[in-house]
Amino acid sequence: MHPFMYVVANSINEAIELSHDRPDSRFLAGGTTLVDLMKSGPERPSLVIDINQLNVLTSIEHSDEPDALRIGALSRMSDVAAHMGVRQSCPAVAESLLFVASGQLRNMASLGGNLLQRTRCLYFRDRSFACNKREPGSGCSAINGENRNLAVLGISPHCIANYPGDFAVALTAFDGVIHTSSSSGNRSIPARQFYTLPGDRPHIENVLEPGELITHIVVPLSPASKNSHYLKVRDRASYEFASVSVAAAMELEADGTIADVRVALGGLAAIPWRAIATERILLGKRFDDAATIKRATDAVLSDAKPQSHNSYKISQARAAIPRGLRIVASIAKSALAQKGS
Amino acid sequence: MVDLSCRINDDNVAAPVEPWVTLLDLLRERLHLTGTKKGCNHGACGACTVLVDGRRVLSCLTLAVTCRDRRVLTIEGLASAESAHPMQDAFARHDALQCGYCTPGQIMSAVGMLAEVDSGMPSAASNVTHPFEGRAGLTESEIRERLSGNICRCAAYQNIVAAVREVSSIPASGDERKISEQEFSEV
Repeated sequence: MHPFMYVVANSINEAIELSHDRPDSRFLAGGTTLVDLMKSGPERPSLVIDINQLNVLTSIEHSDEPDALRIGALSRMSDVAAHMGVRQSCPAVAESLLFVASGQLRNMASLGGNLLQRTRCLYFRDRSFACNKREPGSGCSAINGENRNLAVLGISPHCIANYPGDFAVALTAFDGVIHTSSSSGNRSIPARQFYTLPGDRPHIENVLEPGELITHIVVPLSPASKNSHYLKVRDRASYEFASVSVAAAMELEADGTIADVRVALGGLAAIPWRAIATERILLGKRFDDAATIKRATDAVLSDAKPQSHNSYKISQARAAIPRGLRIVASIAKSALAQKGS
Repeated sequence: MVDLSCRINDDNVAAPVEPWVTLLDLLRERLHLTGTKKGCNHGACGACTVLVDGRRVLSCLTLAVTCRDRRVLTIEGLASAESAHPMQDAFARHDALQCGYCTPGQIMSAVGMLAEVDSGMPSAASNVTHPFEGRAGLTESEIRERLSGNICRCAAYQNIVAAVREVSSIPASGDERKISEQEFSEV
C-alpha cells in the first residue's frame, strides 16, 4: 500500500474541514472498497480521514410524516437489512442489502460507501491494462477484451464498465434522496441524478464534489414500496455480483389495474438504471396482461448494446423483468385481498 | 506512526503502527498470532475472519489503526484454558476440513454468524418481512447462505455444515452470546 497520513474525525465539521482543499484525501468508513483499491493501486490517497467515530451518522429511522426511511450513511449494511421497519416498509431495500457480498463484508460496509463502490471491471483493477476510468485518456481494454460481466446500457466508446451495486438500484426505484455536507453547505441529491453516465469522462462517476460527505439517505415510502422485491440473477447462488437484477414494486387497484409500478435494473448498465419506459407502459394496464409486460420489457432493452461476450444479459433481463413483475403483482394482490377482508 | 491501543484476545496491546498496516498483518507479522490466515488479501475468501467488538469482519480489509479501543477476538482467543470452544470441537469431530488453511476463518465466521442468528438477523435465505426465529430457523440453506463468505478450496462444505448444525442445536446461552456482549474494558 502506498503510504498515507491518517487522521480520525470527531465531528462532521471536522471531517469536512480536514478534506477541504485536499482532493487527494478519502473518507474511510467500512474500507471494503477503499482499502482493497489502495492495495491494488487505483486509489492512492495522501490523507485518509477515518469517519467511523461519527455515531450521529448511524441512526435508522422509520417516520410516518412523511412516510419515509431515514438512514444514516455510516449505518452498516447488515444493521439496515436487519431493521424491522426497513424490512416491512420496503422489502426490496432490505433484500438489496442482504443479497450482497458476505456476512463479514455486510458487517463492515457502510451505506454511504456502498453507494460509492467502484466497478468490478477487471481492467479497472489491474494497473497493467489501459483504463479510461483509472487513467483518463489511456483507452479501454475491456471493449475488445473479456467483457462478459460488463454493461450493455448507458455505455460509451470510452468505457463499458457496469455499476456493480444493488442498494443503489433499489434506491433509484423508490426515488431515494442522498443528503450530503461539505464546506459549501448541505444539499440533497435525488438518487436518479446522483450517478453520471461515462460519456467521454468515465473517471467521474457521480456528482459529489471533492470533500463532500454523504450524511444520510432518505427512502420515500408508498403502498407500492411495501409490495416490493429485489430479484438478483447471478452466476452463483450467493456471494456474487448481479449479472442482472430487478428492483420492482407494484400497487394494484381493486379491479386489477396497476396504480403504481417501479422498475430499476442493476448489473447491466453503467449506472443504476430506472426503467421509466417500462413503468409508463404498465401504468393503468392489468397486472396479468402478458403482451403488455413483454412490450414494457422490450422498451427498456431496445437501446441495449451488447459486447462480444455479454449479449446473454439481454436474454436474462428479458426473463428477469417479467419474473420480478409477477412476484410483486402477487404480493400486491395479497395486500389487496388483506385490505378487502 | 499512530499509537494504537486495543484489546486482542486476553491482552491489552499498545503499539505504534503505520496507518497502512492491516489488522491481519498486525496480528500475523507483529504479534505472531498466525492462526488468522492470509488467503486472498482482498476480501474475497474469508480466511482472515476475526471478531471485532463481537462482530465478524475481514481483518485483511481492516486498517489496524481503526481498531483503537476495540476488542479483537482471534482463533487463538476462542478456546478457554481448559477446553476447546464448542465450534472447534465440532469441526474436529465432524472432520470439517482437509488442508485446514481456511479453518480458523470458517470457525470465527461460524461463531460470529451464530451471534447474528441469536440477535434475529435475517439472511438472503430468510423471508425478510417476518422476524427470524433464531437458531430454530437455522436450516441447512440458511447455514450455507450465511457462511458463503468463507471459501474452502478442499470443498469440505458438507462436514462444515454438519459441524455448524450440531453447535447451532445447542440453545443460545453459551459462549456465542457472551462474545457478542463482551464489553471493551479499559486498556
